[in-house]
Amino acid sequence: MTAIAAVRPSLRDPASQRRLAWAITALVLLWPLGRLADFHPATLLAPSNVKVLGSFLAGYVPPSTAPDFLRELLAATLTTLAIATAGIALAFLIAVPLAIVATRSLSVAAIGPADGRWRGRVLRQAVRTVTVLLRSVPEIVWALLFVRASGLGPAAGVLALAITYGGMLAKVYAEILESADTRPARALLQAGSGRLAALCFGLLPLAADELVSYTVYRWECAVRAAVVMGFVGAGGLGQLMDQAIKGFVPSEASSISLVFFALVLLADGISLVLRKVLA
Amino acid sequence: MTVARSHRGAGIACLAAIALAMVASVHYLAVDFGGLFDAEARGRMARFVAEFFPPDVSPAFLRQVGLAALQTLAVSLLGTAIPVVLGGLLALPAAGRLGLAPQWLARLALNALRSVPELVWAALMVLAAGLGPFAGTLALALHTTGVLGRLFAESLENASPAPEAALRDLGAGRVARFAYGTLPLIAPQCLGYTLYRWEMNIRMATILGFVGGGGLGQMLYFHLSLFQQGQAATVLIAMTLLVLGDDALSGWARRSLGGQPH
Repeated sequence: MTAIAAVRPSLRDPASQRRLAWAITALVLLWPLGRLADFHPATLLAPSNVKVLGSFLAGYVPPSTAPDFLRELLAATLTTLAIATAGIALAFLIAVPLAIVATRSLSVAAIGPADGRWRGRVLRQAVRTVTVLLRSVPEIVWALLFVRASGLGPAAGVLALAITYGGMLAKVYAEILESADTRPARALLQAGSGRLAALCFGLLPLAADELVSYTVYRWECAVRAAVVMGFVGAGGLGQLMDQAIKGFVPSEASSISLVFFALVLLADGISLVLRKVLA
Repeated sequence: MTVARSHRGAGIACLAAIALAMVASVHYLAVDFGGLFDAEARGRMARFVAEFFPPDVSPAFLRQVGLAALQTLAVSLLGTAIPVVLGGLLALPAAGRLGLAPQWLARLALNALRSVPELVWAALMVLAAGLGPFAGTLALALHTTGVLGRLFAESLENASPAPEAALRDLGAGRVARFAYGTLPLIAPQCLGYTLYRWEMNIRMATILGFVGGGGLGQMLYFHLSLFQQGQAATVLIAMTLLVLGDDALSGWARRSLGGQPH
């Protein structure tokens, strides 16, 4: 009793031992990870590395404004935007049929006895698996494979986006269609209308806002992805940036960064306006 | 009525503009979709795909792939753990706890870190630290610091000031007030953000290797460059398994966390 009373209560941390134990455990666990990841902060301070990065960053000011380069930059920017837009368009074409097949809300079997109950269930599950496979490989991996397969350039980016984003859009479309009020569609199906009619007149009017806004949001993501895919040779701003860094031309890297930030802001703005107008 | 009609007009105009933009994009890229799928291209594609089979499953190579997968995981973990500390430190001034000037500086720093994509950071960090997983870790850590710092700062701003005020009235110091008044309030939310970010960083860590950030990505790039498709196939399978496992795990974590009362 006296020992406890001797400690001034305002200075005693009731949880200190537990917190200390957690902190030590975390550090002990992080140590082998650091070894595995070659974590050597000292290399950052090695004079040769400091000099390389320092001179590169120093070259950022002023950004390059050579007319030839600016022309190239404009073309790359347009390419990036076009890759994102064409990629989303193709992804949309892939996603719509997949989503329609995958959504449970349009199941005829769900409203009563039907011949194709098992066939429908198997088909839906198969389509769901396809969408998972499509989006489980990141778009930049597809891009790398397509570039290596036939050196397609921007087309590789478009196809890569179409595959991954097709899977993503299909999954989210199906989820949106299932989370909307399904009673109108079900009433239509019960009254004997076809699945497409039930989709167009029962589900879409309720879910259209959300579908549009998600698609526009994905376009915004696609712009960023299109830049990044350039690093593996899919054309556009990323490829230009890769060349500027590998060729050690910091002033060009600086201009490209500026354009990239402007592009992301622009995509943000366009996406905001579109969602507001279309909602 | 007229408002509704003009709104609908704007909507239709927007849809028309989108359709136009799509057509213009395909036209600008001049992608020869017919040529992409003609007999010759199909044959070339089929040969390319066929070269990936069979995947190399010799024990020695599988061990290499396993090691690279572990390295990828380590990069993603460190690339998330470091930002928890750095982002937390930057979040305090960014939430306006140290005055106006530090707030603006911290926000500027967080925005700058966040707006550069991981892959660009990685390409720059290869200049600073050489090829390898360390560059990848730094790249992930820099970008994630920006993201987590901003999210932590938002949590801090939204936390109720009442517990801290109560502690202040009892005479507690600044650190004690924060550690026992505010930290317990925001800890679950911050943990949630961190787990979510870790999930994204696992995906990102697998591809940072394309620009020299170590792990599975660097291995895939290496073997594809040497036209060793069999080995590349094994790495691709490992990547897919990692991403699928990550998806399943995070889905499970989200369900079990979401089921708990807050």
